Amino acid sequence: MGHGPAFEPKNGAVKWFNDRLPILSLLHGALGPGYMAPRNLNYWWNFGSLAGLCLVIQLLTGIVLAMHYTPDTLVAFDSVERIMRDVNYGWLMRYMHANGASFFFIAVYIHILRGLYYGSYKAPREVLWMLGLVIFLLMMATAFMGYVLPWGQMSFWGATVITNLFSAIPVVGDSIVTLLWGGFSVDNPTLNRFFSLHYLLPFVIIGVVILHIWALHLPGSNNPLGIDAKDDADKIPFHPYYTTKDIFGIGVFLLFFCAFLFYAPNAMGHPDNYIPANPLVTPDSIVPEWYFLPFYAILRSITFDLGIPFTDIVFIPAKLLGVIAMFGSILLLFFLPWLDTSKVRSAKFRPTYKILFWFFVVDMVILTIVGGKKPEGIWPVVGLIGTFYYFAHFLVIMPILGKIEKTLPLPESIANPVIKAPQKGI
Amino acid sequence: MKLLKNIAIVFVAVTVVSLNAMAAGAAKHPEKQVWSFDGITGHYDRASAQRGFQVYREVCASCHSLKYFHFRNLADLGYGEDMIKAFAAEYEVAGDPDDYGDPTTRAALPQDVFPAPFANDNAARASNGGALPPDLSLITKARHDGSNYTFALLTGYSEVPTGHTNPDGTAFDLTDGKYFNPYFKGEQIAMAPPISDDLLEYEDGTPATMDQMSRDVVQFLTYVAEPKLEDRLHMGLNVMLFLAFFTLLAYFSYRKVWANLKK
Repeated sequence: MGHGPAFEPKNGAVKWFNDRLPILSLLHGALGPGYMAPRNLNYWWNFGSLAGLCLVIQLLTGIVLAMHYTPDTLVAFDSVERIMRDVNYGWLMRYMHANGASFFFIAVYIHILRGLYYGSYKAPREVLWMLGLVIFLLMMATAFMGYVLPWGQMSFWGATVITNLFSAIPVVGDSIVTLLWGGFSVDNPTLNRFFSLHYLLPFVIIGVVILHIWALHLPGSNNPLGIDAKDDADKIPFHPYYTTKDIFGIGVFLLFFCAFLFYAPNAMGHPDNYIPANPLVTPDSIVPEWYFLPFYAILRSITFDLGIPFTDIVFIPAKLLGVIAMFGSILLLFFLPWLDTSKVRSAKFRPTYKILFWFFVVDMVILTIVGGKKPEGIWPVVGLIGTFYYFAHFLVIMPILGKIEKTLPLPESIANPVIKAPQKGI
Repeated sequence: MKLLKNIAIVFVAVTVVSLNAMAAGAAKHPEKQVWSFDGITGHYDRASAQRGFQVYREVCASCHSLKYFHFRNLADLGYGEDMIKAFAAEYEVAGDPDDYGDPTTRAALPQDVFPAPFANDNAARASNGGALPPDLSLITKARHDGSNYTFALLTGYSEVPTGHTNPDGTAFDLTDGKYFNPYFKGEQIAMAPPISDDLLEYEDGTPATMDQMSRDVVQFLTYVAEPKLEDRLHMGLNVMLFLAFFTLLAYFSYRKVWANLKK
């Protein structure tokens, strides 16, 4: 994508500095008037900057919380309560951090779904998409370890369940679990290394976010029409157009965030995490945070071994198969740019994909519900069907649909949305 | 395609509704009570919380600790400095070792935690038929719908209804030394009904009915679990008003900037 006006500071001192370290030119080109974006981005394109805002909120509140938190199993829970009661505005920092995690995932999930709907993962944006998935995986690891730190019942038992998953890996599984635990059970060494990594990973995320933005700015943003922005008539400078739009989006987002933060700060948490961790008492049901529920449902839906029926021969035991399914459900997304065979990016011009996209969203909602329920009654069956559909969507529907779907004619350009004659091959 | 969309919507609605209907829990769900601390203008009822502190002190404290509650916190409930000192001084806590290294005791000070009734969990279990009375500092946050739950539990004791069954349909069997309470998980609890009418005499003369005492102690325990609630709601209102104004301005700025763009 073309570049906008170059950065030419009028102030002599600023020019002097920028000539020696052109960091201002860099910012000007990345987030200022120098970055030319398609003129037709809709509100779904606000969620990238909102995710960035969440990252900043988490970092700032997290750094303050780390000043008062003590990663020791004997006092971790007490130190969190001290933050809530005796540290000035400690309650605000902690509730911002806990709800900020949920809202970070809300922003990122909408950001990912927007990418899926408008085909933002397709050429030439494959690496951009993959870097986004790396951020998503890092976020999941960071959030999981963060949830362990208050050392409540769900912290402890969540850590026990999730770390135990790695024991399903053949040969090296048990060694990996011992390494994660720093011993032979979830205990003080586990809490210490989780705290250390929980502080480290966000900075790794910042690094990958920079790469993500770098990879974005080579081809430029995708847009709701999914066609390439051609000339200057199709594009507008990021600043002031999208900066003002993003600030408005931030206002709306913060209204929702603060509604939870101030009026229902514990709504997205689990009451059991206000009970100090007790290795001798297993909670009624162990549930992860809501944003992990679809993947937790996929994990638990696999209750059968993979082997030759009616014999004792087992190739993959159920536990390992469940772990493979859970990690596979995300790793699969790295191959999406090639699994989707359609040449048309935007669902706007893919009438069947548009419907199937919403089927997929519904499937994710159902998996979220299943993940929060005890695996009893009808739930395991619903989970299995949901899991099957999840994989079918990416492995069967996407490759076939791209070949057979009759797409709608694409417009000439963004600035001139006249429908051009249907072309061969589209 | 429209048909396909409608089918999808109906499918989701039916699935979600029917699946949720099947997920009925074992224990009875607590009824919703009216609390002064609910809603966006919520606040603690000082008089009720003070009475609740009396109920805790004279009833609950014989078994339940309150480890995050310091005497100094009583200032939040409207007690003056002298009264707090006097309250604290009625209790004895462990002091520093003396010059020979022997343990000492001293009168409690405002900065001390309210003393626990038992030295440790084992002592608490030994005195309570093997059951551990939980610390009450966070009880209204550590249970789902905690304030309503605590009230329902305190007032919900009854005889086992005739023909009562477990969720799986088997006959309900009350264990020796346990009490029937439909709000408690498993419907039997080791705690004897702790509150009854006129169990104590309120310092402010309020009639000490079971309902009143339960309401007051829940008011007090909700305060202990979430002492910053009033600060939070107060700040929340200011922040929301500011954000609403800010967002409106941001919207008009955005429209103004984009107005130049239309060609």
